[in-house]
Amino acid sequence: MQIKSIEELKSLKEKHLPLIKQRLGHRNGLGLTQVLVCSGTACTSSESEDIRIRLEEEIQNMGLADNVRVLKTGCFGFCEYGPIVMVHPGEIFYCRVQPKDVKEIVETHITGGEIVERLLYMDKHEGKRVYSIKDINFFKSQKRIVLRNCGVINPEDIGEYVARDGYFALADVVINKRKEDVIEHISKSGLRGRGGAGFLTGKKWEITATQDVTPKYVVCNADEGDPGAFMDRSILEGDPHSVLEAMAIAGYCIGAKQGYIYVRAEYPIAVKRLEIAILQASEMGLLGNNLFNSSFSFMIELRFGAGAFVCGEETSLLHSIMGQRGEPRPRPPFPAQEGLWGKPTLINNVETFANVPVVLREGWEWYSGQGTSTSKGSKVFSLAGRIKNTGLIEVPMGTSLRTVIFDIGGGIPGNKKFKAVQTGGPSGGCIPEEFLDLPIDYESLKETGSMMGSGGMIVMDEENCMVDIARFYLEFSQDESCGRCTPCRIGTKRILEILKRITEGHGEMEDLELLEELSYDVRDASLCGLGQTAPNPVLSTMRYFRDEYIAHVRDKRCPAGVCKGLLHYTIDEAKCAACGLCAKVCAVQAITGGRGQPYRIDPEKCVKCAACAAKCPREAILKGYQKGRGKNNNTGILTGSGSTEDRAAL
Amino acid sequence: MAGDTNFTNDIEESHKGHSYQTADAQGGFDVIKSDELTGKYMNLDLVINRYANERGQLIRILQKAQDIFGYLPEEVQAYIAERTGTPVSEVHGVVTFYSLFSTEPKGKNVFNLCMGTACYVNGAQELMDALKRRLNIDEGETTPDKLFTLKSARCIGACGLAPVLVINEDVHGKTSSSDIEKIIQSIRKKGEKSANKKH
Ligand SMILES: Cc1cc2nc3c(=O)[nH]c(=O)nc-3n(C[C@H](O)[C@H](O)[C@H](O)COP(=O)(O)O)c2cc1C
Ligand code: FES
Repeated sequence: MQIKSIEELKSLKEKHLPLIKQRLGHRNGLGLTQVLVCSGTACTSSESEDIRIRLEEEIQNMGLADNVRVLKTGCFGFCEYGPIVMVHPGEIFYCRVQPKDVKEIVETHITGGEIVERLLYMDKHEGKRVYSIKDINFFKSQKRIVLRNCGVINPEDIGEYVARDGYFALADVVINKRKEDVIEHISKSGLRGRGGAGFLTGKKWEITATQDVTPKYVVCNADEGDPGAFMDRSILEGDPHSVLEAMAIAGYCIGAKQGYIYVRAEYPIAVKRLEIAILQASEMGLLGNNLFNSSFSFMIELRFGAGAFVCGEETSLLHSIMGQRGEPRPRPPFPAQEGLWGKPTLINNVETFANVPVVLREGWEWYSGQGTSTSKGSKVFSLAGRIKNTGLIEVPMGTSLRTVIFDIGGGIPGNKKFKAVQTGGPSGGCIPEEFLDLPIDYESLKETGSMMGSGGMIVMDEENCMVDIARFYLEFSQDESCGRCTPCRIGTKRILEILKRITEGHGEMEDLELLEELSYDVRDASLCGLGQTAPNPVLSTMRYFRDEYIAHVRDKRCPAGVCKGLLHYTIDEAKCAACGLCAKVCAVQAITGGRGQPYRIDPEKCVKCAACAAKCPREAILKGYQKGRGKNNNTGILTGSGSTEDRAAL
Repeated sequence: MAGDTNFTNDIEESHKGHSYQTADAQGGFDVIKSDELTGKYMNLDLVINRYANERGQLIRILQKAQDIFGYLPEEVQAYIAERTGTPVSEVHGVVTFYSLFSTEPKGKNVFNLCMGTACYVNGAQELMDALKRRLNIDEGETTPDKLFTLKSARCIGACGLAPVLVINEDVHGKTSSSDIEKIIQSIRKKGEKSANKKH
């Protein structure tokens, strides 16, 4: 079937609407049970595909197939509690489901009508199980605009996207609107790019639209190179059509017929969903020639990244799409002027595109009413690291970091103390506790020395060493530096060397000054964003955690107990039972001893792998700093995490 | 991966200079090697024919070629260059630029340890050290018996399960060093068993 009018789109919507309504909580007497299984990457990694297949089999075997449907859906965001299975009607939310639980769900819930209590989310504060998704704290402070379809629709069925008003914005634009008016609408909404820099989207569209060179191209940046970030992937996996629709709208506005999505090859599920979505949209006539009987045609193809972080940078990305080495080039000319094959090219991020249909449908007035004065709408973040509820969240711009980390994220596990939150990935910085009440927007994050970035948020606690984290990011940037320009290629190497020196205990106080100076030089002299932002993790940790640097350099100790060069292990002779387990597990034979005698660790041989400490049944193996051996406090264990008391004592 | 029973042969095979990876299936090495290689090149031809007319598809062709051959030896790069009318230097430049491409054959089991930020702050470095020590190889290397290749990945997107170890295609979440020990031992055992069977 080819859809050529709004009426035809409406009738497709009507067909799928009842099922969708039920999933949104309407008790519309369908006489049907729907079982949604999360099929995002995280849940798939923990066997959600197996669960789905077993559910289907079990339902078939029980003769329930007429009244029960099993469906895939996109990421609910609550990855920590995956795999997730949701049953409608009732919006019953089952967490951490395993394949072996399938039988019970079918027998008890679907046939028996009773809820399987033990699989419900446990609210530890209240001490009771929570039935519905709405009552889980993780979801309470969120506002899902971009993620509105994730966990609701089946991403492999275009009809369900249409039932959520999908492609209506495209139809309206193509049939009724002038491109200038659409661009103005986007401009007025205040939408800014979600790929990092926060450039005004309407402005970018306008610049590309006014170029009088043809052909032009639309490119979606789905490279998502920030390690630890998975917003774009989840959008593509859970709601791929929202991106396709927006790209077509962009094509109409700037006068392009061809779009490319540049997606990481490391995202096989996202790639598959995109392929299915493009195929279905083409079959329905929502992509292809003469959309809605107009003269406007638009096609989309996929191009694949092959594991190079710099390819997220727009000029590198263009080279990569053309099949070349993904090296950046100086701007101007900007891609909007000279992009793919020298033609004007509009590049936007996945999440930026996913906002566009909403902006057009709900109106710019509504959209610009969300968020802060400079940053409109919402932002999706992937929360990870030392946090209880790892997952994908969406909050209005202006929400505080505290709300995100403690209310939604549930705080730090194991009663550890919050130390910093890292935003912006390798281009961003670490934000310390004093800024927890900061409302999140582009400007406020920049002021702290970090940046919005694409939305990765990594939480760190007292057991993370900030110097080591800086080293980690620099190692990343150095490794990913494409080598095109000297400041980035050599500069990051030198910075990394200094950081290594410090973490290994050979740092000098002068190194700190050198580090700072070098960081500014690399920032100011590099060719592309990679080099210009690579020093940010160093600068921000030096700004907020200078005492940790000084502890490493002057006192030769790592307060968090991470840097191996500054640690040593000893055995508490009073506690040692001479069982010999430690010696057995030691890979380098650094531990010696015998029956009835306490064991000893030879510091020369020890590689500080901590295997012995993990094995010791009596917790007799102590982790201490090189200088001044750790004292035995009440518990007798020096955890090395450096409680304030220990730190003072050392 | 299939072909466990051909364990010893696989090793001999790989010494002879090209990938052993697809030497599984249909009873292994009764198939004459050159036929197998021809088959691979025929598959490669299909890929090239499919994509050569589209602009900028060199990376796609190389990806598919790597799927077919297991890695991208010089011969394959030269072949692609010739068939697509691209200078060899350009093909080689692209291959060496992207980390997904490998010019060395991989071991039978590829351990891909995620070193993304979420995994790193949850102890991935310790795991990496343990793996290196246990397998006695460095990152990016393959054990002499061609059983294991150790690699690091950049966020595979399962950060909730950090630290994450991907073995071939299987994702292992919340991995500990004792898990690693178990996994390696069970793979070694399997290898020995099939080797014994042959003798
Ligand atoms: C080193 C580097 C890496 C980048 N990585 C990404 C990325 O993974 N995804 C992305 O959308 N933008 C990335 N960007 C930003 C892009 O260059 C570009 O600004 C963005 O895609 C524009 O889209 P937007 O206006 O919708 O934000 C990166 C920039 C730099 C300098
Ligand atoms: S950082 Fe390891 S899976 Fe994301």
